Amino acid sequence: MIDAIAQQPILAALIALVGLGILFGALLGFAAEKFKVEGDPIVEQIDELLPQTQCGQCGFPGCKPYAESIASGDAINKCPPGGQATINAIANLLDVPAPELDAEHGEEADVRTVAYIREDECIGCTKCIQACPVDAILGAAKLMHTVIADECTGCDLCVEPCPVDCIDMLPVEETIKEWHWPAPPTTADLIASDRRPAA
Amino acid sequence: MQEFAVILVSSILINNFVLVQFLGLCPFMGVSTKLESAIGMSAATTFVLTLTAMASYIVDVLVLMPLGLLYLRTIAFILVIAAVVQFTKMFIEKSSPLLYRVLGVFLPLITTNCAVLGVALQNASKDLNFMQSSLYGFGAGAGFSLVLIFFSAMRERLAAADIPAPFEGAAIAMITAGLMSLAFMGFSGLV
Repeated sequence: MIDAIAQQPILAALIALVGLGILFGALLGFAAEKFKVEGDPIVEQIDELLPQTQCGQCGFPGCKPYAESIASGDAINKCPPGGQATINAIANLLDVPAPELDAEHGEEADVRTVAYIREDECIGCTKCIQACPVDAILGAAKLMHTVIADECTGCDLCVEPCPVDCIDMLPVEETIKEWHWPAPPTTADLIASDRRPAA
Repeated sequence: MQEFAVILVSSILINNFVLVQFLGLCPFMGVSTKLESAIGMSAATTFVLTLTAMASYIVDVLVLMPLGLLYLRTIAFILVIAAVVQFTKMFIEKSSPLLYRVLGVFLPLITTNCAVLGVALQNASKDLNFMQSSLYGFGAGAGFSLVLIFFSAMRERLAAADIPAPFEGAAIAMITAGLMSLAFMGFSGLV
């Protein structure tokens, strides 16, 4: 059989290459089924790093859509609530240089804030309830609203729609539960260089 | 046993694919900016090199030689390489999504890495047997990993070093690669 085929060089070349092609094709088809990837695991990992305020300041309807957009190549510096810490963490995960926070999307808040509704001024219009991305405002039409402080992420989205301006963003008071060590200063010169004059 | 050691030393140091034979320079320059991705790339390339050395030997002996088709070696080996790389890509995508993302475009580019085809063709022309071929492929991968990891470690330090402006970036990388190549010339005549 092999000798017979080898007598015909063109036929032999054709059979050999087509045969190899079919063999590898079948192998890859099998591997594609066996190693099928469900969803995109990288999106989950980025989503975990984002602060989950669902504030929409990045221009996406929430943290998950922004994570998907980052995974497909969007800039990673559009998240003001996360601030530089989140940018650094994502840059580290994706192995890219960490940019500064994009000022276009807002500034990083120095202190964590929480929304507070001055309840005697509230007219019960429910506009802030619709704006809240995490359902942290409780109330009904023509009834007073209030903020569930534990749920509020301090994203500022409810301040703008309020027709009577009765929502304040108050800094969260530090309690024993929330206090943590401040991060060490990042400006320390870890690498000596001729460019900087010695202090 | 000694014969295997000779093959390994020869393929890792004396005939190093990157610095002595100048094959596979694209990933050598492209994936060497960060040590972590360099290690990932090294592992993937070593895996592919070993596997293609074996697979191309089998194709060469079982298909091409009996049919007298030695002139089809190049195209048949490219077919083998493409299939193995695609398989590796699927495997990494499933087992390590992060490595998959870090390697990015360089993973499919292993297909066009001339070191891979170089190993297959050199194995065929040197008439090595199966064990020797796989070892030669593995040695080529180990040599590639060695210099890639050294080079990326140096480039990480270079990124933080105070380099004169005209030499910054790719220029200093090229000079570094050239000096490394000179150093590897010193291994010639070792065996």
